[in-house]
Formats: sequence, C-alpha cells, structure tokens
Amino acid sequence: MSTPLEHDYIGLSEASSRERSSEKIPCSSSTPSIEDKTSTDTLLNLKETELRLALPGSLSPDRKLSLLRTALDSNDKSNGFAVYPLKNLVSGAKRGFSDAIDGPNGNGKWVFPMNGISDVDLAKAPVLASPRAVPAMKEVAAVPLSPKSTQDKKNPVPPASKAQVVGWPPIRSFRKNTMASNSAKNSDDVAGCHYVKVSMDGAPYLRKVDLNTYKNYVELSSALEKMLSCFTIGQCSSSGFPLRDGLSRLMDLLHGSEYVLTYEDKDGDWMLVGDVPWEMFTESCKRLRIMNGSEAIGLAPRAMEKCKNQN
Amino acid sequence: MQKKVACSFPDEVLEHVFSFIQSDKDRNAVSMVCKSWYEIERWCRRKIFIGNCYAVSPRMVIRRFPKVRSIELKGKPHFADFNLVPDGWGGYVLPWIAEMAGAYPWLEEIRLKRMVVTDECLELIAKSFKNFKVLVLFSCEGFSTDGLAAIAASCMNLRELDLRDSDVDDLGGHWLSHFPETYTSLVSLNSSCLGSDEVSLSALERLVGRCTNLRTLRLNRAVPLDKIANILGRAPQLVDFGTGTYGADLQSDVFSSLAGAFSSCKELRSLSGFWDVVPAYLPAIYPVCSRLTSLNLSYVTIQSPDLVKLLRHCPSLQRLLVLDYIEDSGLEALSSSCKELQELRVFPSDPFGEEPNVSLTEQGLVSVCLACPKLQSVLYFCRRMSNVALVTIAQNCPNLTRFRLCIIEPRTADFLTLEPLDVGFGAIVEHCKDLRRLSLSGLLTDRVFEYIGRYAKKLEMLSVAFAGESDLGLHHVLSGCESLRKLEIRDCPFGDKALLANAAKLETMRSLWMSSCAVSFGACKLLGQKMPRLNVEVIDESGPPDSRPDSCPVDKLYIYRSVAGPRFDMPPFVWTMEEDSALQLNTIGNPIGSEWEHNMKGIQGLRAQMPFVLYLAELSNTSQW
Repeated sequence: MSTPLEHDYIGLSEASSRERSSEKIPCSSSTPSIEDKTSTDTLLNLKETELRLALPGSLSPDRKLSLLRTALDSNDKSNGFAVYPLKNLVSGAKRGFSDAIDGPNGNGKWVFPMNGISDVDLAKAPVLASPRAVPAMKEVAAVPLSPKSTQDKKNPVPPASKAQVVGWPPIRSFRKNTMASNSAKNSDDVAGCHYVKVSMDGAPYLRKVDLNTYKNYVELSSALEKMLSCFTIGQCSSSGFPLRDGLSRLMDLLHGSEYVLTYEDKDGDWMLVGDVPWEMFTESCKRLRIMNGSEAIGLAPRAMEKCKNQN
Repeated sequence: MQKKVACSFPDEVLEHVFSFIQSDKDRNAVSMVCKSWYEIERWCRRKIFIGNCYAVSPRMVIRRFPKVRSIELKGKPHFADFNLVPDGWGGYVLPWIAEMAGAYPWLEEIRLKRMVVTDECLELIAKSFKNFKVLVLFSCEGFSTDGLAAIAASCMNLRELDLRDSDVDDLGGHWLSHFPETYTSLVSLNSSCLGSDEVSLSALERLVGRCTNLRTLRLNRAVPLDKIANILGRAPQLVDFGTGTYGADLQSDVFSSLAGAFSSCKELRSLSGFWDVVPAYLPAIYPVCSRLTSLNLSYVTIQSPDLVKLLRHCPSLQRLLVLDYIEDSGLEALSSSCKELQELRVFPSDPFGEEPNVSLTEQGLVSVCLACPKLQSVLYFCRRMSNVALVTIAQNCPNLTRFRLCIIEPRTADFLTLEPLDVGFGAIVEHCKDLRRLSLSGLLTDRVFEYIGRYAKKLEMLSVAFAGESDLGLHHVLSGCESLRKLEIRDCPFGDKALLANAAKLETMRSLWMSSCAVSFGACKLLGQKMPRLNVEVIDESGPPDSRPDSCPVDKLYIYRSVAGPRFDMPPFVWTMEEDSALQLNTIGNPIGSEWEHNMKGIQGLRAQMPFVLYLAELSNTSQW
C-alpha cells in the first residue's frame, strides 16, 4: 500500500480515497461519488488498512489480532445513520494543518494533527489538539520537552520538570494540594501542583493557576496576562456578566501599570510580587491578587516592568 | 367510559397512593398515564433531581412542580474536577435560589454538586426558607465561611451541613459559634474541606455536646489529635467520624484517652480524615475496627505493613479508600481479611513521578477481585496493566457496577504482550452485565469501543482519554450503548462524522464532553443549527472560533440537551452554537452534498417522533451517583 503523502486528518479518508482512485488529494473541489453510499462496509473493513498513530516501522501488533475479531458485520446497524465519509467538512483541514502534516517526518502519517513528535513522546509531552494558536493556558501550563531529551533521559534526580498534561492523571485539586503539602513537609521535591487563586479587581470571577508550572516571574506574569485577556472589563450585560467584547483595555491597563500584582503570603500579609526570589515566592504564596494601583500605595508601588526585571 | 374510571378515585386518594412512590422514574411514568394523573402528581411531587442545571430553567420547574421540598442540582461537567473546565464557565446557583425563595418558602433540602455558590446565595437561603434542613455542597466553590455563618445563625431546624470536597474560602473557625446555644438539631456535619489553621474548638465542642442526634461528624485538618477524645466523649452515638490531623508526638496519656474515647463509640461504622498520620496512634482505633464498614485512609502516608496491620482488624469492611502505599502485598492481605469488601479505591501517592515509587501493579487489583466476591466498585490508579489481568478481573467479578482504571501514563500498552488493552476491557464489559460506569485508560484502539457498543448495554457513564483511532470508535459507543447518559472524552481522534451521524443520540443523553479531539467548528455549528434542543457550547480560551476556518477543531466542546434553550450567563470564552438562520456555514470547497441532507433528514425525522412530555420527563431521571 503506497501511502499518499497527504490526506486529511481523519484516517477513514484514506480508504475512501483508495476507492475513488481518480481523485487526488486534496480533493476539496470534487464531489463525493455514489460509491460512498455503499462504503459502510468499506469503512467497517478499514481496520485492516487503517492508519495508526505511530511511526513507520513501529510495532503494530493490533493488526495481528484481526484473527480474534468477530465480523464487524455483526455490528452493522441499518439505522439509516451509517457513517458516511464526511469529507466536505474536513476537506479544508489540511489547509489549517498543512504545516503540521508536512512536518519533519513529511509523510503525513498522522491520524491526529500533532506536530512532528513521536508516539512515545505524545504520552509524555503536553497534548496539543492543533498547531494553531495554542490556547494560552496550555502554552505555559505544560513545559514542552524535546523528543530527544525525553527518550534519553534516565533521571535519578526527582523529576520535578516532567511535562504535565493538564488534568491528567485525573485527580481532584483537593487531593493534589493535600499531597503536595504532605510532600513539602517531608521535604521531598514537590512534583505535584500548587494551585493558587488569582483575583482581579473588577473581574467577575476568580481564576486558578498552578505555580509549579512556571519557573520564574516572567513566565507567571505572561501567563496571567494571557489568562486575564479573557476578561472584559467595563462592559457588562444586564445580568452582570461581561459581554464578549475586545480585550485590549485590560492589557493596556496592565502594561500601563495601573494594576499591580500582589500576593498573600503564609502569614496573611499582602506583598508585592517580585520582591523575593522565585522559590521563596512559590513556597509562601497562598493567593494572588491583581490590585488597582491606587490601592497598592501602601505596598511601596513599583511598575510591572520591575517585577519582570527581578528575574 | 374512561371518564367514569378516572372520576371514581378522588384526588386525595390518588395523592395518597402516589406518596408511596418515591423514585423519579416511577413518578415520571405515573405522570404520563393521563392528564388528571399528571396534574395530581405534579402537585404532590416533593423531591426533584436536575442532573444538569442548564437543562431546564427554574421557572419551568416551579411552574410544573409548585410544592417541592427538596431539590438536587448539578452544574459543571465532571471534567471540571480535573481543571479542564476554565473558571467562570458557569453553574451559578443564585438564579435558582432567587426563584425558589419566592416560590418554595417551605423548601427543606438543597443538594448541589459542582456549582458556584456565593455567600449571597447562602444568606438568601438562610433568610428565605424557614424550615430549612439539609444543605449539601458537593465540590462547590465561590463561598466563604461567612456564608456558612449566616446559615448557622438562621436555620433553626438545620439537620445536615455537608461541604464535602468544596473549595471554601476559610476565614477561620468563628462561623461555628454562630450556631445559637439553643440550637440542637444537627445530625450531620462535614467540614473536612475547610483549609484554615484556625478553628474554634470550644464552639465545636459545645455544638457537638448539645446536639445529641449527631450521627456524622467530619472534622477538618485544623482540629488537633488531642482534641478528638474530648469531642468523641461528647458524641458517643456517632456513626460516621472524620478526624482532623491524626499526628502528634506520642504521649501515652493522649493515646489512652483517645483509645478510650473510640471504644465508647459503639455505633461507629465509618472513619475518615487521618491527615498527617503518626502510625503509633493508629492502634487507638482498634476497638472500633471490627465494626467498621467504611474506612478512608486516602490521606494516610504510611507504609504497607502498618496499613495491613490495621486492616487485619477490619473484617466487616465494605468500603476502603487507600493510597498505593498499600502495594500488591497489602492488597493481597486485604483480600484475605476483608471478605465483605464492595468498594475499593486506590489513589496514587506520586502521580507525577516518572518512575514508580511503590510496588503496586495490576496484581494487587487482581488479588482483591479473586478473593472478594462482593466487589462492585473499583477505582484504581496504577502504572501497568495486562489483558490477562483484566480478563481475570472480569471473569471473577461479574457483579462490578463501577470500574475506573487509570493507568498513569497515557497510551500504555499491555506490559506483557505490548498489545492494546482492547481485549481486556472488552472482557470487562462482556462479563459485567450490570456495569454502569466505566473509565478507560491505556493503549486502546477502536476495537475496545466496538466491544463497549456491543456489550455495555447498561452503561450510563463512560470516560475516555487518549484512546481510539478514528470516528468509528465514537460511532460504536453512540450507536451501541443504549443506556448512555454521560460521555466524556479527552484527547481522542474523534471528529465530526460519528458525532453528526449520531446527533439524535445526543438528545437521549444528559451530556457529552469532548476536549482536545478533532471536532471541527463547522460541525459544531451544524449541530447547533439542526438540533435546537441541544445546547452546543464551544469553549475556547484562545479567541473566537469563527476567526478561524470552520474546519479547525474546537478546543473543548460541551453538548447537553435542554428545554431551556441557550443560557445567558456564559463567560467570554464560551460560545453557544445557535439555531440562528443567519449562521453562515463556511464549507471550504465542497458545498454540502446529498449525503448530508440524507443524514439531516433522518435526524429531523427522529426528533419529530419524540413527544415533548416524554422528553421533559426524561430530564428528571434519577442519577445513580
């Protein structure tokens, strides 16, 4: 089977394109052929030839298990909702992801539009659903490791820098925080999470950030900026919730240092962020607050820039 | 002729008969017999369960059921527990409280799960419901102990205050002293989630002392070990007790008074808490161990031998929560000591470590399944699994109703054969015919979903992560699982096809969550447009999805059925796909072909067949969780 160099990100289309051998990929300008209407069987037999999320030459033991499979025909339901290849909606996909699919491996063998990292690393690296503008939190919430370093590293040192997938393993925050503070007491490396609330004067709700995902003040402040750009201030609907509007006013305010980043420490005092070394800060920080500049006067106000320079 | 039959029973008699019918399903069935039964039933329904607070509006509920005394509401999707739902998503209870304050002055019970509750809400509750008895805030957030103080001060008939797993702004323990000295009706108090170091011990002791009906008391971490004896001494009738910190320097007098206090609690059946355990104090609970049916040691960071020593004293144990420090050897010991075990949860002590820190493997779970015939519910975190182990579990525990396996590393294959774990999970669904809840992990292809679709006919909730290969997987589940109510998926290559082909199925479910999958924005729009009784919400924190091509996958998708229409309390990063005809479908290249229209006609045909009353009744189905 010669693998086409490009196809859209749903593996089923490979078989359907084999059926329609006259078509080229991308085939966004062609009409689906009548054959597709009978392609249910074809689809269901795809298992034999389906692409897998793996590098060429890697183990695909699943194919050998086909002997054990009972006929998929037994599952064939004639309910009128047979899965037709819905190329139309996804045909444009490759335009969005062409750089991903044409990535380092160049063979577009991915069923799922990941950037060009190996299957092993997919398990370890942060999972990004698409290579488009990465959601703000993910960019900073996960520390990406290069494929090489993940595979070659045999780290006896406590692995504090392991890339963490958001929300995995599925453990509730209460438990995570409890375990983290347990291990802190035992003076082990805190590989867990340290969630703190971030409130902003005038914003309708709190956010939470995990301090352990940042290495320094710069990362923290840029993450906060991105996160808070979801807020819109100054315009609320009648129910009191902000309307979806622009977001630049907030950014200007942050940059213009009308707002100051402060935190509450273990003793309950409010301090300016950036005064102490990063490690000391993460240990003692209980919550963050983005305070109106005028309120922060008692805290010896400094500009945000100075906070960044502290690092 | 039929009229005669209907008139032969006066309404009061029917109402009296209906009062014996408690289950929501039965009540719904009763309400559909005929119009007069519908009317009678709705006036005497006292308890209502709403599994998704956005599926219906407060006004609609109040209009249909004017005399409700007890309400249960759930808000955020389950994956909010794992920080997958951004803050501010929604789930606000205030609109409900505000409406009910006027409509249900005799409301007695409010149970909330994953909702945002503010102090204002709590104050409103305290003010509005004169006979308020039960407040359960399960995994809620947004309130502080000031709100609790308002409840304490005003609710003279309060029986139950349960804050389990909630995120409370704990401003110190003074809220407890707001319970008046004349207040004595407390039956259950769970404040174990409170995080402040301050707690008003004297207020607590006095409260416990005067509430002679107290059965459940779960303390928070701030309560020190040396106070336990005093507290238990005032409440020897306790059935369910959660300690605070269970560690201190060992002192023999403290130990003996502790042991004495425990032994005088003859009714004690459940223990929890045990933060910061000092192993030397554990034997103080031995006097009660033989009667214990439930034990939560999931914060106990002691090693396996100490755990085993304790568990050997607990032959009646039905429910155990423990950390993986117990290891395979400990679970083996458990399986010989605790033959009554029905529920086991093993949590990871070091989930983010790269290498395992304890010797806990699939063997531990297998040994429990082989030896504990009554096992029904499993939650197990481990680092390796095999098909053989899963098949053994399935064959020996056909009575499993809940099976949640979390292999910590995503996409981990069978460690013996390097194959996917399809066959193993397939055995689980095939043998465990009453399985209602399943969470998958490990390396899984579309085949596991084929098995699930074929066998898991009673499955109500399925959680999927890092699994599957194509839309076929999702299609198997949506087309095969007849009882499916909740489906949550993350990081799987499921896209538009299966979703759109099974759109009608979504109206039979409570909700579907898909994040980091491959569903395109265009498909979301189409679904929202064609299925007006579904709310299709796209969550994307990086910006409006219509600034990108329709073929781009959405970040997070939450679809739920609703008779209330789209909600209006969404934050800026949530978009509802509406039925708006002005919506432009941006199909790049091909216009929608005839296969599409065929699909959509089929969907619309099915919808037309579903009577509205039936649909509304289904929304009130009882949850098992």
